[in-house]
Amino acid sequence: MEKRVVFQSKWLPYALLAPQIVVTVIFFFWPAAQAVYYSFLVQDAFGTSSQFVWFQNFTELFHDGRYVESFKVTVLFSTLVAVSGLAISLLLATAADRVVRGAMAYKTLLIWPYAVAPAIAGVLWAFLFAPSIGIVTYLLKKMGIDWNWIINSEQAMLLVVIAAVWKQISYNFLFFLAGLQSIPRALMEAAAIDGASPTRRFWTIVFPLLSPTTFFLLVVNIVYAFFDTFGVIDATTQGGPAASTQILVYKVYHDGVKAADLGSSSAQSVILMLIVITLTVVQFRFVEKKVQY
Amino acid sequence: MADIKLSGVRKTYANKVQVIHGVDVAIADGEFIVIVGPSGCGKSTLLRMIAGLEPITEGEIAIGGKRVNNVEPKDRNIAMVFQNYALYPHMTVYDNMAYGLRIRSLSKADIETRVQRAAKILELGPLLQRKPRELSGGQRQRVAMGRAIVREPAAFLFDEPLSNLDAKLRVQMRLEIQKLHRELRTTSIFVTHDQVEAMTLADRMIVMNAGVVEQIGRPIEVYENPASLFVAGFIGSPAMNFIPGQRSGDDVEVGEGVRVPLPAELRAAAPQAITVGVRPEHFVASGGGGPVFKLKVDTVEALGADSMLHCAFGGASLVVRVDGHATPEPGSPVPVSAMAGKLYFFDSTSGRRLRP
Amino acid sequence: MVENRPVLRFFQHLILIVGVIIVAFPLYVTFVASTLTYDQIVTVPMPLLPGDQLWANYSQVLTAGSQKGSSAPVSAMLVNSFIVAIGVALGKISISIISAFAIVYFRFPGRTFFFWMIFVTLMLPIEVRIIPTFKVASDLGLLDSYAGLTLPLIASATATFLFRQFFLTIPDELAEAARIDGAGPLRFFWDVVVPLSKTNMAALFVILFIHGWNQYLWPLLITGQESMYTVVIGIKRMIAGGDASNEWNLIMATAILALLPPALVVVLMQKWFVKGLVDTEK
Repeated sequence: MEKRVVFQSKWLPYALLAPQIVVTVIFFFWPAAQAVYYSFLVQDAFGTSSQFVWFQNFTELFHDGRYVESFKVTVLFSTLVAVSGLAISLLLATAADRVVRGAMAYKTLLIWPYAVAPAIAGVLWAFLFAPSIGIVTYLLKKMGIDWNWIINSEQAMLLVVIAAVWKQISYNFLFFLAGLQSIPRALMEAAAIDGASPTRRFWTIVFPLLSPTTFFLLVVNIVYAFFDTFGVIDATTQGGPAASTQILVYKVYHDGVKAADLGSSSAQSVILMLIVITLTVVQFRFVEKKVQY
Repeated sequence: MADIKLSGVRKTYANKVQVIHGVDVAIADGEFIVIVGPSGCGKSTLLRMIAGLEPITEGEIAIGGKRVNNVEPKDRNIAMVFQNYALYPHMTVYDNMAYGLRIRSLSKADIETRVQRAAKILELGPLLQRKPRELSGGQRQRVAMGRAIVREPAAFLFDEPLSNLDAKLRVQMRLEIQKLHRELRTTSIFVTHDQVEAMTLADRMIVMNAGVVEQIGRPIEVYENPASLFVAGFIGSPAMNFIPGQRSGDDVEVGEGVRVPLPAELRAAAPQAITVGVRPEHFVASGGGGPVFKLKVDTVEALGADSMLHCAFGGASLVVRVDGHATPEPGSPVPVSAMAGKLYFFDSTSGRRLRP
Repeated sequence: MVENRPVLRFFQHLILIVGVIIVAFPLYVTFVASTLTYDQIVTVPMPLLPGDQLWANYSQVLTAGSQKGSSAPVSAMLVNSFIVAIGVALGKISISIISAFAIVYFRFPGRTFFFWMIFVTLMLPIEVRIIPTFKVASDLGLLDSYAGLTLPLIASATATFLFRQFFLTIPDELAEAARIDGAGPLRFFWDVVVPLSKTNMAALFVILFIHGWNQYLWPLLITGQESMYTVVIGIKRMIAGGDASNEWNLIMATAILALLPPALVVVLMQKWFVKGLVDTEK
């Protein structure tokens, strides 16, 4: 879509664009280019000299069991976050869509976790599940479950998933609710007259009509699990125990900032960039489709 | 106040599509001109070129004797009323009207006088502090005109200003625009696709089709003397009936054995394929003096005062207008004759009217 | 919904109430912990009713910070967070609205190029360019400064797109009317475009404020001095080590202080928040 009316000026549009372009070049393009450049370099132990090594950093990464492990952890983590997050939110949204009384109150009470920083969400849940003093740990012990995420990998994973999902429920909930409310009431009434039970109506009408929203949220949640959960991990497990919750983003940070391995960390950044680009393209194509729809 | 002169005006888009194919017209000071034509005929583009919103590819536009091709819209001393009103949604009625005056740095007192005067003319007094969304369609239309009036421009340009109104309001606003023009006598150019608006408002109308001016003239002149098939079909409601025929001697064969005699003065230059035009109101029960058509009624549209009979003739359908009290039943035969002096002859190939 | 089934309705409310409780439970425990003494918290199980240390804990963190971890007062961190959140939100809105205006209302060489340049930034989240961005910031002398905390975050493709989408819905005739009225591009921008964009700006402000407030990775890298910590970083720095060695009462009081401002923004400006959220994802 284009405007019919345009203003004429030789310099004004450039002046208006300048601030954004300057910030973009300095803080986006230049660093991204540097990341690509560094990814082809190997530095010696003192960081004094570096050597151009083509794809060596990349091949090493894929032969490095820890990196492959981190990939698997990321896939498991994002699958768990996306699937459980979407399922819970859809259940809540379906329930909220049908209530008349108290709808606004429920909505308000369900959306506020959006405001909580991932790192703080991590702290809150780490406290609830703290191995020695946590209130939930205490309840679990009473039920005969021995809980200690500091040493148990699966429990650590469970903890970061719970914290990440908790923070994201509100977002998914709002989009599902909007999606549900855009389904014409007449359609549901027609189905009810055709004799479809509420459950059947959900699976045969609501769920298919909601599929664009679901797909959109799936992509958003995967992006969220890949990148925005850095704070959750750093505030709780810090990737541990034994790298069992070390997602890719955390490993970039860990290798680059803590271990100061510039070449490897940059190569990991480049791989992450490729993943974001893929996800963005998928999302973009989906948006295009939605326009036609 | 000013006259407007268009000479050889053309418009070609970047993709080489020509949308205005050379327009020449001289509009006198104080004249009310209506540009009428179907959608896509280039009438709005032409108006926007006069306003300065579209660049002119070729030719010249002069307002008040001054060439304005490269003059900014704001400096052309014109005001425009848009189809969707284009009122600033966040400003009050008063501010909408005052905005252009403020930009021109008029004094507060001057602005006040002008806005109040326009508000009085348009009966907008009680609405001055409202926002556009709190107004009805007709009121918004009036504010849009008010915004034009306060500028006291050399010319008003109207771009289909009544199209967004319902039928009843449209008639009312049409009358108000007429009244306004009688009072202000400002040169006005009014674009519409509605031939009724064109007939009722225009001092002179410009009928356009596909980027070409088909005819310029006073409404009644255009109605009685259409220059082409297009104009004949576009002006007049219901539209003129066209019956395609072949020349055979001094007559035109139009099918079903009906022969329409070709007037003597047209015979010399007449081509082989001729289309005969008859307006629905120019059929009479008998004694019209022209050829007789033995028609059978297919369907009837009873409008009250009169009725439209749709009758099959040859492959086409003819519309006949009859008195509402003497409407025949569908299926019944109606022999009608066309009024002798009211027959139009067109060259079927070029669409031009046959002239002596 | 369609039928009126009391059983169904009962289940709906049940699901929602359980949902609300699960969502609210961590907040409640956090609040309770922030009103207890350290000794009360480390007793297993900790009490589940608020204690009497509310004033003591909150005044302690606000004025003096924690004793074992970071000792910077949380009030200063809150101020930093406010500066960063408001800086990021206003910065993004201003540079985005003018660049969107340029892209929509002008035709100029390089227009498409610049548009794509802004678009591509969507694909470069801070997480994938941490180290080089840090280097740039350090070369420019932006470490431990407000400029360093905000500038790298204020280029936003989403905000630019949102404004672009909105500008495209402004009728062309409005700009034409303004031209005939004699308004130039900047005048049209100030007198018409900005007032019409108010709702969009408000919605965007809410989202961007929360976004800025909750920044974690970038402030973590760029702040070394305690005086520049934002509150989210401050909490992280208070967690020193194992469970029992943390001053949980103070950490939890800080957590409440850290989540209260954005949570209030969400709850009080719910209408704009929802609009902002939905619009930015279109």
